[in-house]
Amino acid sequence: MSVQELEKPRSPKPAGFGPVGWLRWGWRTLTSMRTALILLFLLALGSVPGSVVPQRGVEPDKVAAIYEQDPALAEWYDRFQLFEVFTSTWFAAVYLLLFTSLIGCIVPRTATYLRELRRKPPAAPKRPSRLPHSATFDGDLTVEQAARRLRRMRFRVATGDGWVSAEKGFLRETGNLFFHVALLGILVAIGAGSLFGYRGNVLVVEDDGFANTVAAYDRFMPGSQVSAESLEPFSFQLADLKVSYQVTGDRKGQVLDYSARLKVNDSPEAPARDYELKVNEPLDVGGTQTYLIGNGYAPVFRVTDGKGQVAFEGPVPCLIEDKATMTSGCVVKAPDAQPEQLGFLLRFLPTSVPLTDGSHVSAFPGELNPEVQLLGAFSGDLGVRSGRPQSVYELAPPEVMKKLNPLLMASDTPKPLAVGQSVDLPGGVGKIEFTGVKEWITLQTAYDPGRLPALVAGGTAVVAIALSLMIRRRRVFVRIEGGKVEVGGLTRTEGSAAGFAEEFADIVKDLSAGEKDVR
Amino acid sequence: MSAEQLAELSDLFVVAAVLLYVVAMVGFAIELAFGRARPGVAARSAGGALGARKPVAVGAPAGDGAPGRDAVTGLPGDHVDAGGDATAPASGGDVAAAGDDGAPPSRAAVRAGTAALALAWLGWAANLGAIATRGLAVDRWPWGNMYEFVVAICFAAVTAFLVTQLRANVRFLGSFVMVTVALGLGLAVKAFYTTAGPVVPALDSYWIAIHVSAAIVASGLFTIAGVSGVLYLLRGDGLSRLPARADLERVAHRAIVFAFPVWTFAVIAGALWADRAWGRYWGWDPKEVWAFITWVAYAAYLHARVTAGWRGRSATIVQLVAFGCLLFNLIGVNIFFEGLHSYADVD
Ligand code: HEM
Repeated sequence: MSVQELEKPRSPKPAGFGPVGWLRWGWRTLTSMRTALILLFLLALGSVPGSVVPQRGVEPDKVAAIYEQDPALAEWYDRFQLFEVFTSTWFAAVYLLLFTSLIGCIVPRTATYLRELRRKPPAAPKRPSRLPHSATFDGDLTVEQAARRLRRMRFRVATGDGWVSAEKGFLRETGNLFFHVALLGILVAIGAGSLFGYRGNVLVVEDDGFANTVAAYDRFMPGSQVSAESLEPFSFQLADLKVSYQVTGDRKGQVLDYSARLKVNDSPEAPARDYELKVNEPLDVGGTQTYLIGNGYAPVFRVTDGKGQVAFEGPVPCLIEDKATMTSGCVVKAPDAQPEQLGFLLRFLPTSVPLTDGSHVSAFPGELNPEVQLLGAFSGDLGVRSGRPQSVYELAPPEVMKKLNPLLMASDTPKPLAVGQSVDLPGGVGKIEFTGVKEWITLQTAYDPGRLPALVAGGTAVVAIALSLMIRRRRVFVRIEGGKVEVGGLTRTEGSAAGFAEEFADIVKDLSAGEKDVR
Repeated sequence: MSAEQLAELSDLFVVAAVLLYVVAMVGFAIELAFGRARPGVAARSAGGALGARKPVAVGAPAGDGAPGRDAVTGLPGDHVDAGGDATAPASGGDVAAAGDDGAPPSRAAVRAGTAALALAWLGWAANLGAIATRGLAVDRWPWGNMYEFVVAICFAAVTAFLVTQLRANVRFLGSFVMVTVALGLGLAVKAFYTTAGPVVPALDSYWIAIHVSAAIVASGLFTIAGVSGVLYLLRGDGLSRLPARADLERVAHRAIVFAFPVWTFAVIAGALWADRAWGRYWGWDPKEVWAFITWVAYAAYLHARVTAGWRGRSATIVQLVAFGCLLFNLIGVNIFFEGLHSYADVD
């Protein structure tokens, strides 16, 4: 399509037309280039709040924080769906209009294009030498020879009485059409992925396992067409996690590498296989990918209650408080303790070092000298059995905390416990013992049936846009009259004259070369 | 050489590149200043050929060094596109040479320009040296943080300028490109400097070579377009020592035409990487949002170029808005937003 064809003046408003006239006018306006341009602007503009306002799907905790700090603002954000811009009605309206406009644009263009493909190049002008690129030479070139040579250069050729016209560069339009169709393809693939795919997060401690069922996830985000039975039935055990850190220099403590050793069962019947899970190298089971996204420490504790029975024993995943040193906060709950339930707040220091004032801090994220500090111990009803959801990182909600009985409150500089050490609680109500250190990893599992189609459409878009922008439509005309050959050429694409001069010179050289193709 | 020595050498190379670019800028500026003033829109000043639908004859097939001149107006043909007539795009040389009004340019000015070009190449070599030694020092692809990224973009911009200059005369842009990259490198050193070191595991992947390299190449080209766009708006339509608007527009358009597919590729490669690293190929992370906005804005520019009433000034403004989005994505997003991409290492 040439540039002018895009530029029909905007259709005038139909004066006194019926509904059909208005519909036609509406459709024309929607599929005009100007509307497409405006919709593109709106699409870009509409994305901006998506980066400024935290998005529910990406950072739910920040959204919650806004609700807490400024409920009125959060209310307004919510009213305009600013917490979920990219799934909002108004954003969908913009891109659906844009894609409708796109379809309205592509269909007639494809028809024009197909017609053009079948049409022969137009007859040569009377004086090709008046075209932007031209050359004249004397020679005994015949129309047939010229046509043959141009065809060999992959031109589409038409001939007539004393003239040849040739055209090339249809891939440009092909590329343009494929590009726009590929954009539609990407949209459809993304849509399918969000309907039929799911994502889930889970935390797994060393030696523990995970089975891919909805119940096993800490957080599960299914598409609307996902059923619980459709999950790929694999499972694995976390045998070991290795994290290496930079030991010296400015970047001391920076993570260098993670690797988690898994024992994977692709299905309940399948034998276990070893898999080394690393960043950038997800585990793939039947199209369901599992990714390593975080890690931390899970010190192991044993709580003995006032009756001398073990009320709790096991690893406790701790929340990272300082990423640089992996200082972590831990909560131990022993609701089974007798006569009263027990709860503990602790701090885990993977590489504990004493400071001059007697306090201890972690100096390195690796596990060189693991110690824990007991910050507080409580007895009383932890509210675990109240049926309300509880956080593993919080001893109890504030209102419950107030009713607990503090047994032991640490000084500012609690003396840390090394592995194997324990603290006895006052009044003989029990003791807590630090027995070892494990690590945890957080995983994300994702199933997205749209990824491959999206990839294919994306790849097509790249190739097609390159063709569309790099290739120029060009025509070459030859007129032969009494031993005098006139050649003229022009490009049909705006702003693409560059480089054609050289090509044209080559064409002229080829045409003027004497006996070349006499067999 | 030890890693520390290599890293120091890299820092020295950056300083050398800045100095060379600054001196080259002065040289190019001298050439512009003592050259002649050019009309803003070649065609209009030559008697309203704009939009005329006459076939424009060009003396000889242009190319081979000689800038093609419009035989009728005596000016480099380029503006005919604006008439939108597919049968009459004057092709002329790709880009006009300096000195459009007929009088020969002063020899001293031309010499200053040539010297500046040589210095620019030297600066380019120093810039390359800085990147290569940094890469050797850290034993990975040297674009793992903002400092390294900006140094590489400046290199890409200079490369784009110098390579174009090999094919067509774009010396008129020289001083502006040089000042831009000198400022860019200065900013990198002053604001973003990061000591050589390893990157976080997520970045330690061959994808960095694919995704980030493409982003760098595209950004370098977009920078050239941006420089041209700013100049386009700065100079009026009248006589000025600044380059002609038509030339600026053409350089900008060509740069974007090359850069856009590369940027598209960079975004898609980023999605592929995200699929490997984070478990989803697109998640509206701030960096992803702004890459998308930038991409849509440049697509809008390409559409504006073929929309009646949007060519020239409006299209240039669209292009600059897009460039602003690109810069914001590079600098603003790293500083203001927290996301999965927050590995820029700026404090
Ligand atoms: C998702 C939205 C869209 C995107 C991202 C997009 C992107 C692009 C890009 C990058 C180009 C440049 C290729 C070239 O210049 O050859 C292009 C060209 C073009 N687009 Fe779109 N487009 C979109 C929607 C539309 C719509 C809705 C229309 C119709 C109203 C349209 C009509 C065209 C036309 C006619 C061209 C060819 C311009 C030329 O001949 O140079 N596009 N598009």
